[in-house]
Amino acid sequence: MTRITVTVDGVSCTDEVEPRMLLVHYLREVVGKVGTVVGCDTSNCGACTVHLDGRSVKSCNVLAVQADGHEVTTIEGLATNGELHPMQAAFHENHALQCGYCTPGMIMQAVDLLKENPNPSEEEIRVGLEGNLCRCTGYHNIVKAVAAVAASSSSERSSV
Amino acid sequence: MIPASFDYLAPTSVEEALSVLAEAGDDAKVLAGGQSLLPILRMRLNAPEKVVDLGRIEALRGVRDGGDHLAIGAMTPYSDVVANDLVREHAGLLARAVETVADPQIRHRGTLGGALVHADPAGDVGAPVLALDATMVVVGPGGERTVPATEFFHDLFETAVGDGELLTEIRIPKHTGWGSAYEKFVRVSHQWSIVAVAATVRVEGGSIAEARVGLTNMGNTPLRATAVEQALVGSSASGLADACAAAAEGTNPPSDLNGDADYRRHLATVLTRRAVQKAMEG
Ligand SMILES: Cc1cc2nc3c(=O)[nH]c(=O)nc-3n(C[C@H](O)[C@H](O)[C@H](O)COP(=O)(O)OP(=O)(O)OC[C@H]3O[C@@H](n4cnc5c(N)ncnc54)[C@H](O)[C@@H]3O)c2cc1C
Ligand code: FES
Ligand code: FES
Repeated sequence: MTRITVTVDGVSCTDEVEPRMLLVHYLREVVGKVGTVVGCDTSNCGACTVHLDGRSVKSCNVLAVQADGHEVTTIEGLATNGELHPMQAAFHENHALQCGYCTPGMIMQAVDLLKENPNPSEEEIRVGLEGNLCRCTGYHNIVKAVAAVAASSSSERSSV
Repeated sequence: MIPASFDYLAPTSVEEALSVLAEAGDDAKVLAGGQSLLPILRMRLNAPEKVVDLGRIEALRGVRDGGDHLAIGAMTPYSDVVANDLVREHAGLLARAVETVADPQIRHRGTLGGALVHADPAGDVGAPVLALDATMVVVGPGGERTVPATEFFHDLFETAVGDGELLTEIRIPKHTGWGSAYEKFVRVSHQWSIVAVAATVRVEGGSIAEARVGLTNMGNTPLRATAVEQALVGSSASGLADACAAAAEGTNPPSDLNGDADYRRHLATVLTRRAVQKAMEG
């Protein structure tokens, strides 16, 4: 067993884990962050996407021990004071989910995308989400939701 | 899927990593970004007793200006390579190829060095590194040595890096002012290259003064299309097709569900022409 300390959604967690434990299993089974899901287990689908030190990663392809001393944000850590993150609200408003299984990872990747490119074209949104698979929506409303967040934050920027 | 049990070691310097590896012998595996190794361990295609994580060795990360070349630390993540201004200015071909690898999440974790040592013939970093005449710095119990890219790739998943050794740095001669393009052929987004071509050219007065062309997935290792490189010298944009016709010469492409060897040979000539054309435009 190895002792690790990871800050998860702002809370410092210290635990003894087996080195072979995947970050996604640590988050779900040890910390209880079941908002992060496992879709494929082959690192293709992106459902398990979280932020590690502010950058998106597939948590099924990272060991928990690799996160020792680092910061993780999951879908459960996006909302503040009970208010949805703008990306969560936009997914809701634009009907960007059906079964919802891809949604936690899709939202985490969409947030990362806008951080790196605040004003993406439709093409750039689609390419930026290429590591996240959705079996239900056909992606159309997901792209719309991300574009809506980009548009509202750029109008906010220009009005200040 | 969960890997078999292993002991985890996280050295903080290259010296410490080498001594940990020497002590562990055959039963140790080096972990870089884990984007190839962790799937392998999860599928239990390999079950090392010890895993030596290079992730805490800060000295192996980052891009340094070495005067006539760039020195890229083996543990520099793909996303940092793509975003780096020095790389974009002096080794544009590398940025063009790396930005096509996998997806953003995997590019945040996967490293340039890890991908080179993994040496998957369909991987996207071998061809540009070969075309840019890079030199690899390898350290082991016997000290440090440099290996030219032409001698680095030995076979499928086999390189000049032996057991107990580490790739520490990739040195890329500056190709300032060269245009470049990476033409990757896939059927769907987020797929490995069926074939890809890395081309970089120096244009003088509208025609090609120098050209470098690397091929992905046209054999067990990345390859240089030297016949094309020579034929391109003096070509203008209108005369590319003839010069690129020899792109598949001396290659040994695989046949699989995505296409047979003849199909890949044809693709190589078409993609080479497209890549060189784009590279001439900038
Ligand atoms: C879903 C998915 C899609 C992908 N798509 C693509 C793609 O389109 N194109 C592409 O090129 N790649 C693709 N990859 C592979 C990806 O590029 C890997 O990240 C890369 O091949 C390995 O780099 P790493 O740093 O993650 O190395 P690791 O996985 O940690 O290590 C790889 C191997 O190299 C050894 N090693 C690593 N670093 C060193 C070192 N410094 N010295 C000595 N040995 C070392 C390890 O022991 C291991 O054997 C994909 C991967 C996934 C999971
Ligand atoms: S569960 Fe991690 S990528 Fe699918
Ligand atoms: S909403 Fe069902 S997988 Fe995306």
